[in-house]
Amino acid sequence: MIEFKNVSKIYHTRENTITAVDQVSLKIEAGEIFGIVGYSGAGKSTLVRLINNLEKPTSGEVLIDGDNITELSGKALRQRRQNIGMIFQHFNLLWSRTVRDNIEFPLELKGLSKAERQQKADELIDLVGLKGRETAYPSELSGGQKQRVGIARALANDPEILLCDEATSALDPATTEEVLELLLQINKRLHITMVVITHEMHVVRKICQHMAVMDAGAIVEQGAVLDVFRHPQADLTKEFVQDEVNPETEETETVVSELLAQVPDGLILKLTFHGEQAKLPIISEMLKRFPAIELNIIEGNIHQTQGGALGNLYLQLIGEKPLLDEGVHFLNQMHVDTEVIRSAGSK
Amino acid sequence: MQDPNSFASYFNFSQVNWHDLMTATWDTVWMTLLSVIFVFILGIVLGLLLFETTGKHSFWAVLLNKLTAIFVNVFRSIPFIILIVLLIPITKKITGTIIGPKAAIPSLIISAAPFYARLVEIGFHEIEAGVIEAAEAMGASKLQIMWKVLIPESMPAIISGITVTGISLIGYTAMAGVIGAGGLGNLAYQDGFQANQNAVTLTATIVILIIVFIFQAIGDLVVRKIDKRSIA
Repeated sequence: MIEFKNVSKIYHTRENTITAVDQVSLKIEAGEIFGIVGYSGAGKSTLVRLINNLEKPTSGEVLIDGDNITELSGKALRQRRQNIGMIFQHFNLLWSRTVRDNIEFPLELKGLSKAERQQKADELIDLVGLKGRETAYPSELSGGQKQRVGIARALANDPEILLCDEATSALDPATTEEVLELLLQINKRLHITMVVITHEMHVVRKICQHMAVMDAGAIVEQGAVLDVFRHPQADLTKEFVQDEVNPETEETETVVSELLAQVPDGLILKLTFHGEQAKLPIISEMLKRFPAIELNIIEGNIHQTQGGALGNLYLQLIGEKPLLDEGVHFLNQMHVDTEVIRSAGSK
Repeated sequence: MQDPNSFASYFNFSQVNWHDLMTATWDTVWMTLLSVIFVFILGIVLGLLLFETTGKHSFWAVLLNKLTAIFVNVFRSIPFIILIVLLIPITKKITGTIIGPKAAIPSLIISAAPFYARLVEIGFHEIEAGVIEAAEAMGASKLQIMWKVLIPESMPAIISGITVTGISLIGYTAMAGVIGAGGLGNLAYQDGFQANQNAVTLTATIVILIIVFIFQAIGDLVVRKIDKRSIA
């Protein structure tokens, strides 16, 4: 477990004082993926560097499994750092070394024998899917491949913690998905605690269980990802959530009103999913039970998070009124928020 | 007797004593190589010292940085011909002589190492800060960062730097030759200019040029071989 206790980091320059991290208290459970979101300059990078003591706090404590990492220095600190992997936005690979030698680098630092290094590197090359590219130099790799090398390198010492500093921000959307998928898979397989800092809400939604939102060095909101997405409190959080979940709210409303005009009959429902139930085949279950109901999907957006799915689905149901009522009743039983936008009878 | 001022005198190669030329070439080559080796080592050490102490705020770092910078700037600025005269007593202490190739080496090293140290330092500064940070995050010690990150990652700059420095060292050996250090400079001056044998001077010049070209070619080849920063 990683714990921040009232941590502040203040930089003094000749002209002024900058509070990069402001009285942050935070708990990150072992084995989870924790997201820290904020715009650039919010202090996320400084915060994450407090965990491996690349930055020393001005005040407060950073505890890892109860040890105060801020008090470590010299050899003890270097040994501790070997248990904390880190990946970067710009990968920070050594250009003079091949894929294999980059991955072996942390093992060399630790003083492992060549045979041990090779064996570990082989495992990691397999894990991140770089088989066949062992002898390539970083300049011969794509961004996604470079980040895979970065991930393999960070995992070489079997760390308990992996810090991800905007790890997907330099990648295109498709590659971002691949890298996030890989991180998720690694988290599940190796149970590594991951701290992910990003300005992309999408990343947090996709892989994190808990999250914090940072603004001007302070944490303005934290909680389970699903809760934050459903009930954002701070204005900044609302902004981030809105951008991610519902970029087309207005569009949907237009679609619905158009449909109301175009399709004068039938029942129109809005289903709101949040959590596990979106993984169940609720709609097909309803159709199996009530085969006489005709169904149209008007509009929908479902986003997967680690706590389940989030989103809305607009449906048009056509059929006899008593049958439709039974159908709606069934949906309510399945714990889906069902809102009747237009009932079957009215015009 | 041929007119020593005529153009044709440059091509009267019968004046050239090929045995002396071989000896002089050998002297130049080994004076250069030996000083290049020392300059290479000393320059990297000084370059590391400059790099590691730049931008630090502790008293010792600032002091070390200032002292190194003064040493580097002063010795880089003294014209070589003056430096070699200035260092005669020290040279005599170290090598026991003030004539011959051996006598030139201390001055050659002291004049070229500071210049090379600056080139090395520039090479280190070209490494992305993130790469060094990544090594720190992996638990690398200062020494490991120097040995496994700074030096290998700036190797093209280190090699092209020593090529440039080596070429100016060849020039310096010729100057050192004039005051008695032997080598091709000495041959060109003593047997060529002072003996009115223009062909000897020309031959010595050509041999120096060949040495420079070979040196440059080797340097370029090595840099091309080790530089993996762009796709070949």
